[in-house]
Amino acid sequence: MGNNKLFKSQQRTGWLMAAPATLLIFFFLVLPFLMAFGFSLTNQRIFSPNPTEFVGLHNFKNMLSVHFLTVEAEKDETGAFKLDNNGNYQFPKTRKFTRNNPDYPHLNKTREWMKFDVGKTKKFYVLARDLIFMKALTITILFVLITAPLQAGIALLLAMLINQPLRGINIYRTIYFMPVVISMVVVSVLWKFIYDGENGLLNALLHFFSVGYFEPVDWLGQTDTALGAIIAMSIWQGVGFHMIIWLAGLQTIPVDHYEVARLEGANKWQTFSYVTWPGLRNTAILVMVIITMQAFTLFPQVAVMTRGGPLDSTQSLVFQMVERGYGKQDIAGGSTISVFLFLFVLSISLFQRYITREKIHG
Amino acid sequence: MKNIKSILLMIFSTIFLSANIASAATTLSMWYHGAGNQTEKDLLMQIVNDFNNSQSDYAVEVQDFPQESYNDSVTAAALAGNLPDIIDVDGPIMPNWAWSGYLAPLSISQDVLDKMLPGAIGSWNGEVYSVGLWDAACAIYARKSDLEENGIRIPTLDNPWTKSEFDNILATLDSTGKYDYVFDVGMAWTGEWYAYAFGPMMQSFGGDLFDTSNGKADGMINGDAAIEFGEWWQSLMNNGYAPGTSQDGGDRETGFLDGKYALQLNGNWAAVPAIEQLGDDMLFLPSVDFGNGPKIGAASWQFGVSKSSKNQEGANAFIEFMLQDQYLAAFSDGIGLIPPTAQSAAMSEKYRPGGPLEVFFELSEAQATLRAVTPGYVVASKEFEKAIADISNGADVADALDAAADAIDADVAKNNGY
Repeated sequence: MGNNKLFKSQQRTGWLMAAPATLLIFFFLVLPFLMAFGFSLTNQRIFSPNPTEFVGLHNFKNMLSVHFLTVEAEKDETGAFKLDNNGNYQFPKTRKFTRNNPDYPHLNKTREWMKFDVGKTKKFYVLARDLIFMKALTITILFVLITAPLQAGIALLLAMLINQPLRGINIYRTIYFMPVVISMVVVSVLWKFIYDGENGLLNALLHFFSVGYFEPVDWLGQTDTALGAIIAMSIWQGVGFHMIIWLAGLQTIPVDHYEVARLEGANKWQTFSYVTWPGLRNTAILVMVIITMQAFTLFPQVAVMTRGGPLDSTQSLVFQMVERGYGKQDIAGGSTISVFLFLFVLSISLFQRYITREKIHG
Repeated sequence: MKNIKSILLMIFSTIFLSANIASAATTLSMWYHGAGNQTEKDLLMQIVNDFNNSQSDYAVEVQDFPQESYNDSVTAAALAGNLPDIIDVDGPIMPNWAWSGYLAPLSISQDVLDKMLPGAIGSWNGEVYSVGLWDAACAIYARKSDLEENGIRIPTLDNPWTKSEFDNILATLDSTGKYDYVFDVGMAWTGEWYAYAFGPMMQSFGGDLFDTSNGKADGMINGDAAIEFGEWWQSLMNNGYAPGTSQDGGDRETGFLDGKYALQLNGNWAAVPAIEQLGDDMLFLPSVDFGNGPKIGAASWQFGVSKSSKNQEGANAFIEFMLQDQYLAAFSDGIGLIPPTAQSAAMSEKYRPGGPLEVFFELSEAQATLRAVTPGYVVASKEFEKAIADISNGADVADALDAAADAIDADVAKNNGY
């Protein structure tokens, strides 16, 4: 009886203590998410004299719809294929099919996303209704696929480097950790100067070390270097944080395991793969899950450095979310992306959890 | 200790004084976008003080906002139902705010409005919603010596450069090899600059953001004239005449004065330092005629009255009070803006006949074209900016403009045609 009473009062205290955090989380995370979910099913604007209307899954359908089209090379009157001066087959522009063409009403206002050659005389097109979203989605996934393993790997390397009992090692720990403390917006502004096409630091350095052979590159202004530039800078900024998590993991591995390995005559690689890596298993899961989730929310770098350009080569889902919801005052459109991103990242995290689960050996 | 005392004294006296004013007259609250600019603030405060002293019914109180967050603040206040009596608004945004129900039509006497440049009056749906104390204008900055050296005709308002003439001029200047780029259009200034500065060029080709006959962008912003403009624009980049989207912000500010650029598209706000540095060599040239007349953007920041204001009469009285020539001239002298009436231009130091910036007043009078007057402008401007950036980076012109047309029309449809 007395125990039960004590338990109850303890429980009450517990809830009381959890209340501030719970309330904050409810009002600033749970509630906005529920609202976003609701808005994504309507045509809600930031402000409008028109009443909000329920539109069902229209926003999602519009955003995700993809069509296919196969086009044959152009023929002349005799039915022979037309060739241009270089002897290449000529294809009509997709614009002919996607702009008010009565024969292709389902393709109206779609845009070319990808094209493939089918033999020599045919082309196969993938058309998207919301091309910018599709690009933002693929680029964000690409960003995650490159950033996550690279950032985790470099962070582990750094963690092992600074996990040595050397004099002054704290200086290095501080240096590697420093970028993490600086806001991403500030880092982005600084790196924008570093990447500057004409008198940027990076170009100047490369010019110097190549003894003048290197031609300056407009890193953020070209479609083939812009995303790479953002990835490199993002890794530089985030690597210190994950280094610290790895370091914590490294320091939980008992020293006697290493002593045993040394007595057994293990070399460095064997020590790493049989002692260090197994000891870091849970840390590795944590780091991968965190990096993946963080990478999916790619935003300040893009907003400050490229605004999605050049030619949509650095679009990201979160950037589009803000651009639509706030820039174009289309809260419904922004909410639709955010709900999609939530479900997408959630399923990836669950998948990661599944493949890294503790397997029970028979 | 002494500091704290004086601060406390200041706080108390402010409270006491403002309470005093409030008891005597109805307070008119006013929001302004120019926080951080002391000259602008002083000018405005002088008008406010003059108004408050000139009558005893109303007392205006000003609150400043930084320009970057001003529009968001107004939106937030509108959502919360906290708009002030008087708000200032960027010209092309005004229809959106009027449509959204932030602004009430003004009741300013027609005599006053008749004297003003069209760019300083904000009308939508047949009503005047905002008026400006100034206008802005763009010109092509050039050095007289450069043009004369290369045998280039100096254009006039009546006889501006034509498209083919301009293409030849760019080629001529480019062949000198003296410049990094021959025509700086200011791609570094992302945002409203694109629609403000490049939109009129598209209009001069015969294109526009919207087809006024049916309110649709499709067929206009991606029509033949607009595509022709896009192709020409892309040729500027492909020929290496103009710096592209990754232009350095610093080069945009000083590139022309440093001699990196031969010609520069810029506004009157940059004219004073240019004259100071180049003196008589400095030319402000009218816009090129691409076939449908030379055009430049019109309308700057303007003042309006909020719909929720309980003191419509007082707010209108204050706005009319602001429109006195002496104040218009003072704003122009203080920050270099174009005075919006002929009388105030004559009174101003820089825009009076024979003044150094007189040409901008004439430009504004002769070439100024309003941006599309519709609540859909906010999105249309953004889509135009994206299309121009993509075209500059080598996108297919028709595809880029198609995309803009569809996005603009989709936005109009989402808002039930505005």
